[in-house]
Amino acid sequence: MARITFREAISQALREEMYRDERVFIMGEEIGTWGGAYAVTRGFLDEFGEKRVRDTPIAEGVIAGAAAGAAIAGLRPVAEIMTINFAFLAMDQIVNHAAKLHYMFNGQIRCPLVIRTVGGGGRQLGATHSQTPDVVFAHFPGLKVVAPGTPADAKGLLKSAIRDDDPVFFIEHATLYQTRGEVPDDEDFLAPIGVSDIKRAGVDATIVSYSKMLQVSLQAADKLAEEGIEVEVVDLRTLRPLDTRPIVESVRKTNRLVVVEEGWRAYGIGAEIASRVTELAFDHLDAPVRRVAQAEVPLPYNRRLEQMALPQVEDVIRAVKDVMYLNP
Amino acid sequence: MARELSKQDLLELYRQMVLIRRFEEKSAELYAEGKIGGFLHLYIGEEAIAVGASKALGEHDHLFTAYRDHGWAIARGLDPRRVMAELLGKATGVSGGKGGSMHLASAEHRYWGGHAIVGGHLPLATGVGLAVRYNAEPDAVLCVLGEGTTNIGYFHESINLAAVWKLPVVFLVENNQYGMGTEVGRASAVSHIFQKGCAYDIAHRQVNGQNVLEMYEAVDEALAHARRDGPYLLEAVTYRYSGHSMGDPERYRSKAEIEEWRERDPIQRLGDALIAGGTADAAGLDQVRQAVEVELAEIVTFAEESPEPADAALWEHIYVNPIPDRQEVTTWHA
Repeated sequence: MARITFREAISQALREEMYRDERVFIMGEEIGTWGGAYAVTRGFLDEFGEKRVRDTPIAEGVIAGAAAGAAIAGLRPVAEIMTINFAFLAMDQIVNHAAKLHYMFNGQIRCPLVIRTVGGGGRQLGATHSQTPDVVFAHFPGLKVVAPGTPADAKGLLKSAIRDDDPVFFIEHATLYQTRGEVPDDEDFLAPIGVSDIKRAGVDATIVSYSKMLQVSLQAADKLAEEGIEVEVVDLRTLRPLDTRPIVESVRKTNRLVVVEEGWRAYGIGAEIASRVTELAFDHLDAPVRRVAQAEVPLPYNRRLEQMALPQVEDVIRAVKDVMYLNP
Repeated sequence: MARELSKQDLLELYRQMVLIRRFEEKSAELYAEGKIGGFLHLYIGEEAIAVGASKALGEHDHLFTAYRDHGWAIARGLDPRRVMAELLGKATGVSGGKGGSMHLASAEHRYWGGHAIVGGHLPLATGVGLAVRYNAEPDAVLCVLGEGTTNIGYFHESINLAAVWKLPVVFLVENNQYGMGTEVGRASAVSHIFQKGCAYDIAHRQVNGQNVLEMYEAVDEALAHARRDGPYLLEAVTYRYSGHSMGDPERYRSKAEIEEWRERDPIQRLGDALIAGGTADAAGLDQVRQAVEVELAEIVTFAEESPEPADAALWEHIYVNPIPDRQEVTTWHA
């Protein structure tokens, strides 16, 4: 075990997989000479050369699409879309093509593609650069959508994604890169795609979250513990396929559920999970499911306004107390 | 230089074009009978392009097309019975009945589809070109698109990247004069599509898409260039006799215009040339056409008698590596 940052974890995963498999290569805007807009691939160009570290034009459609094409032909591309906001320019390639090729052509075509991208708000970048539209990508069967919340999961899930034979959309939260955590050194350490994980055990209420909001939820759980409230925190890790079982099992134990996501509430992940829990554990619920999510506004630049719109630790605490009927 | 074609080669080109035309005419009938669903885009009038180009393709070369793809599938060597079965949505179809007319493919033939989002396959074809270069393979990629596609962003993004990386991709534009019902001059600032190659400083030329031999030679040359030096933009000037798809009211063109193009019919043209050159006589060509009728009957019988996909096929091939079902309601394959 080593204590490293989320950024180092991603970087390690890429490096290890590139050494393990000659077919793995990376491509994207500014990933080579510059070293990556978020410095994840710094040094890679010198280490692996231009063939496997490919700077591209600013052209998200063909970045995603050419990576998908290379995957069709048997390579293992990891394409970087600089931010998830720009992935909308590549949306057609991701959802109309990569996600559908295997099914539509009856299994003849495989597309073992990873698209890494950076999402989330909170850095005063304004409405177009601060979105958390993860759920949009999770809507499409055929795509796998992964969004780790800890350095260990970041490394283990990215390695799994690269080894996976399906297209994986891999979302890294911009404000998690400096987060530190214990990460196994073992080069074959993998975290499974499609398996939710209990990050903290508790009996009084269940919080379901992922990515940056996992960290916010864990902070809320620490504060609640000081008041004697023990919440269980379930980390989704993968948004599609969505692993419901640990959530249902937890709700059967705690009887109360709060879902915390950074994206907008409407049609969101909280809506999906609340409805699954209603279908599977209705009789176990002692309170309506509460959703903590972003205010339904495009994120503003002003720091105070932006923070008002984003879910905070206090919002999570209040929601947990709501479902426990502890608020006045 | 393209290889000199033998008498047998020439007759085979003629046979393929006749087969594709009759296949399409039969498809229209089956569509009218309600046996083919969805959209159906016929290739009638454009046969020389697919047949000539496919003759130039090497066994290991890669092919991408748009949705007007029946002719391409047949010319590339896919079993026409299985192509028709796909149109009828049968389990024996080339895409198992899950793709339909617009989504034909055969990995075995390196035919990677049949793509129905205009322009969507250009980045994919570029990526296959990247893989070919990455693996230092000698192959090329033929990416077929309509002239309407040259106005979309992907056209620019893909050709630009292919040129920057010198990828072995031939972008073959089938300029059939209309993007659905919009005449090329009303949609594209440049009506001679091949001139768009200037923007990327890549090799480009125009070819008569109604002449199968010229198509063969032009694609052969373009593929050789692509293998050696990178992308090539080839414009084949052609015409579709049928509507954009079945049910096209065709308010955008005159009957006279269609008749004018029919006088340059690619099948008639090759037939006349074969007779004039002494390669075949009228009776010989008639024999070819009769043999096609026999084959066509077999094609339709095979497709009609093939089974529907099993119910279980609905859930197959969503993922290569499905996630073990950890949910209690097993119908949630989410």
